[in-house]
Amino acid sequence: MTDNVIKENELLKIKNLSVEYRTDETVYHAVNNMSLEIGQGETLGLVGETGAGKTTLALSIMGLLPKDIGLVTEGEIVFNQRDICKLPEPELQKLRGSKISMIFQDPMTSLNPLMTVEKQIMEVLQVHNYHSNEDASNRVDEILQLVGIQPSRKVEYPHQFSGGMKQRVVIAMALACEPTLLIADEPTTALDVTIQAQILAMMNDLKQKLQTSMIMITHDLGIVAMICDKVAIVYSGEIIEKGTVEDIYSGSNHHPYTVGLFGSIPDLTKKTKRLSPIAGLMPDSADLPKGCKFHDRCPQAMEICRKQEPDIYIYGTHSIKCHLYAEGSENIETNY
Amino acid sequence: MSDILIETIGLKKYFKTGSGMLHAVDDVNIKIAKGETLGVVGESGCGKTTLGRTVLRLNEATDGKVLFEGKDILQFMNKEMKKIRRDMQIIFQDPYSSLNPRMTVRDLIAEPIIVNKICSNKSEIEDKVFDIMKTVGLSYRTVNMYPHEMDGGRRQRIGIGRALALNPKFIVCDEPVSALDVSIQAQILNLLMDLSDEHGYSYMFITHNLSVAKHISDQILVMYMGNCVELASSDELFEEQYHPYTKALLNSIPKPTLESRKTPLHILRGEVSSPIDPKPGCRFALRCPYVRTDCMGEDIPFIEVKPKHFVACRLAEEGKSLS
Repeated sequence: MTDNVIKENELLKIKNLSVEYRTDETVYHAVNNMSLEIGQGETLGLVGETGAGKTTLALSIMGLLPKDIGLVTEGEIVFNQRDICKLPEPELQKLRGSKISMIFQDPMTSLNPLMTVEKQIMEVLQVHNYHSNEDASNRVDEILQLVGIQPSRKVEYPHQFSGGMKQRVVIAMALACEPTLLIADEPTTALDVTIQAQILAMMNDLKQKLQTSMIMITHDLGIVAMICDKVAIVYSGEIIEKGTVEDIYSGSNHHPYTVGLFGSIPDLTKKTKRLSPIAGLMPDSADLPKGCKFHDRCPQAMEICRKQEPDIYIYGTHSIKCHLYAEGSENIETNY
Repeated sequence: MSDILIETIGLKKYFKTGSGMLHAVDDVNIKIAKGETLGVVGESGCGKTTLGRTVLRLNEATDGKVLFEGKDILQFMNKEMKKIRRDMQIIFQDPYSSLNPRMTVRDLIAEPIIVNKICSNKSEIEDKVFDIMKTVGLSYRTVNMYPHEMDGGRRQRIGIGRALALNPKFIVCDEPVSALDVSIQAQILNLLMDLSDEHGYSYMFITHNLSVAKHISDQILVMYMGNCVELASSDELFEEQYHPYTKALLNSIPKPTLESRKTPLHILRGEVSSPIDPKPGCRFALRCPYVRTDCMGEDIPFIEVKPKHFVACRLAEEGKSLS
């Protein structure tokens, strides 16, 4: 792979991104040397535990890292052939909400309780491309219909909607300007399963209808299997395994952490007496271990894992960052 | 099933609200044997937590009986109640808000021991705390830590330790793993199952996660708006469902397999309606794909369609299974 060739349908390319949070006493390494690509119309699932750096990655794409504390220290985020990290704030504002938009985890707190639903969606539209009130108002009706809400309910306030309906409003806001990239940060975690199923089915539909690319942040491997095309497993701010859904959910070559994640989910179809979880905890991002960051929890850890950070071994579309796969890979991406 | 530890008969809990009576738990009949786990599943607001709290008498029941080892504890006076509370404990959902932030791990675990005057002197208490910490997998170096210094999994272990301190017979686990990451969740589930195997605890395991319920429970009760809709052994419930709600609940879980990409989820329309002064009849009728005229008007009886498999549905009365 040569770095300068941009693939035809590539929408977003993140290269060797590192993000740190700095406080007076400590530096937290939230994202370490992450690289990934998303094509037009593709959905990428970003899977990992709390504190793995999933949300930090999303915030850096949005340019929403907390000022003076969160810093991109290395790498680039190329969106539509422009590096987002280097864009001045006004340019970034034009992108945010129109070309790239984000759905936050908790629909209860991401809406303004003092504004009607119509006003909140109008706000997005007026900041960006729709200037006349009439145009914007029509667009609100259109977009509400798209997410399955009666346009007549637009005069209501968020508290008059149930949790699932609120999340539909949030999705409507995110889609209002027809973004090319949608980042969904755990969009269904706060919802009940039957409502979650409704929202997921709707997102799947909309994604196909609008050809939006999507980054789906989740810890639920079931959701990933249902709506994603590609998967990246994140651990301690690194992508430790990446590939198509088929690569990750089948075959026998996987990162031991991925194996542990799957082993932790109780299976509905099989009867197992005990789960096989991963022992221990994720390392503190202020004090990352040497070598492979997973080594002290890894059942297959070897001597080399403690000393040397593994390279990324690539098998076609599938790549794994683990010393176990050093032999037989077609391609190696070394860290520098 | 011979050794029934806890049983509820026609248990009801209504809350008075401005707009009428909220039927949180309506006519629940369950039996939990010694060493057995009953999983209670349902969506938020279906009355799972209220059921757990009412069984422990943390809420006073509106009507019905709770028999603990054959005795109706709802009739107990304070003194008797205090004594029996040692045998009935609860593990709370949120390990962040259920622990006093100003107490150390030692204080937190010692508190129930001191309150119930289990140990006579300080060194005995210290030994007991050490024992409990070992049982729940907390290393002794954390004994002087405060809850905020620990992660969610460890905090939940403190919560479990507090519940175990009095060596109870029955523990209500109210969503003990839903605030935790999957890998930590699995550690806690394994711990709870090991403890039950070793000490013969009976659990009422309240969860919204069906796969967790299946994993840990012997029997599963499905609730919808305060009503029991289906009760069966865990294996049987996943094999054969009689109530349309149970089926819908099962089908709305995204499964982590490649096959699930090809089969679309079964989508249940609508949302849970209001539990305030519900009309007689099936409370699921408005969302049910199989709804008929006789679903409304009178309450649906909870009948035994097969040995130990109870359902409240008109279809089941005719012996129709949905699988």
